[in-house]
Amino acid sequence: MDKKFVVHRNSALENLERRVFLKRSLSLGALAMLTGCEFTDQESVQRVLMAMSNWNDGVQHWLFNPNRLAPEFPESRITKPFPFNAYYSEDEVVEVDGESYKLELAGMVKEKKPWTLRELNALPQVSQVTRHICVEGWSAIGKWSGVRFSDFLARVGADTTAKYVGFQCADDYYGSIDMSTALHPQTIIALNYADQTLPPKYGYPLKIRIPTKLGFKQPKHVAAIFVTNEYPGGYWEDKGYNWYSGS
Amino acid sequence: MVADQRSMLIHPLIVRVCHWLNVLAVLMMITSGWAIYNASPLFNWSFPDGITLGGWLAGGLQWHFAAMWLFAINGLVYLVYGIASGHFRRKLLPITPRAVLHDIREALRGKLAHADLSVYNAAQRGAYLALILLLILMIATGLVMWKPVQFYWYGQFMGDYEGARLLHFFSMAAIAFIVFVHVVMVVLVPRTFPTMFTGRITHG
Repeated sequence: MDKKFVVHRNSALENLERRVFLKRSLSLGALAMLTGCEFTDQESVQRVLMAMSNWNDGVQHWLFNPNRLAPEFPESRITKPFPFNAYYSEDEVVEVDGESYKLELAGMVKEKKPWTLRELNALPQVSQVTRHICVEGWSAIGKWSGVRFSDFLARVGADTTAKYVGFQCADDYYGSIDMSTALHPQTIIALNYADQTLPPKYGYPLKIRIPTKLGFKQPKHVAAIFVTNEYPGGYWEDKGYNWYSGS
Repeated sequence: MVADQRSMLIHPLIVRVCHWLNVLAVLMMITSGWAIYNASPLFNWSFPDGITLGGWLAGGLQWHFAAMWLFAINGLVYLVYGIASGHFRRKLLPITPRAVLHDIREALRGKLAHADLSVYNAAQRGAYLALILLLILMIATGLVMWKPVQFYWYGQFMGDYEGARLLHFFSMAAIAFIVFVHVVMVVLVPRTFPTMFTGRITHG
């Protein structure tokens, strides 16, 4: 799982991707006209909506209290079974070989040495029973344990004055969060679910669990973490979901 | 110029502006809210896609979280004006449950008169007051759903995230019902309609 995670992409490539994306949204727009929502897909309307979404990112950052903890629940309130959700169906879940797996680090990080699962499991572990809220509206309570992300970032010498922490995943998902959320005490590198090794459907070998963000902001099967000042976007964010999406 | 003695201002300009901005905002909030509902329906049915705004979940969310600013700011202006100027007190008070029920019964029998457009009967007062309170409840429940962690302390009063989600839905349903009745009433008493633009009624 080494080379396929290209963390820094050059801007020409990004422009190309953006153009391809634009073309795709235009054909989506053409499709939408048939269903009678052409107004929504007009470029000027889209621009206003995106500007408002960016404004809402700022408002949410301002509302976010880095010391306010998400509520924790007794284990009796855990939702069983905890729902599976991804941009693919459950029988397409990626299989990661835990023996050869290494978590890669890139960007504004001093120690870029990759981490094996054994090394991650040897770090101090914390646990939480918190509510997971999906952008679709449903919510479920689960129990995750693993390494406090702020501890990990300090340990690898991440530049915590940077704006973003980005993630590349083994299932080709990608995403990014703001640094203040990355440093929140309940943001963890989850290695376990319900006291068992994280099963593939919940993101084996590791998931970033963030109880102050919506579900899609919490990548599973994370293969690389990078710290940057350049906006990295995300799989769903690039399709129109609000980037901050904080709780 | 001498003011026309027979013409009387019943809806001040600020009320008319707030009313129509609110129509626009609530229409966008409800139809985009339906698009969001459809992504994970609370019940065994969905809203027809043709009457939702945004096309799909991301579009619905974009509209909802853009229009909420118009809805909230316009609503705040209206509330401050309504309270500070005495508009609410003059138009909506006094009100008693007994009078509201009585006037609703009369209305259903087709006997409720609305001859003087400058005075609301008890059924109207009840409906408009309920609408204002429901719209405030929409913001309160919406904030808990948007920021269940940051606003956790007051989300406790409405059953946390899932409680707020249900309340948000049922308040929407109640608002849609009141708006429906309101529009039916305007159709039944059409001379009320132009007053919401001109603000004035002309006697005799």
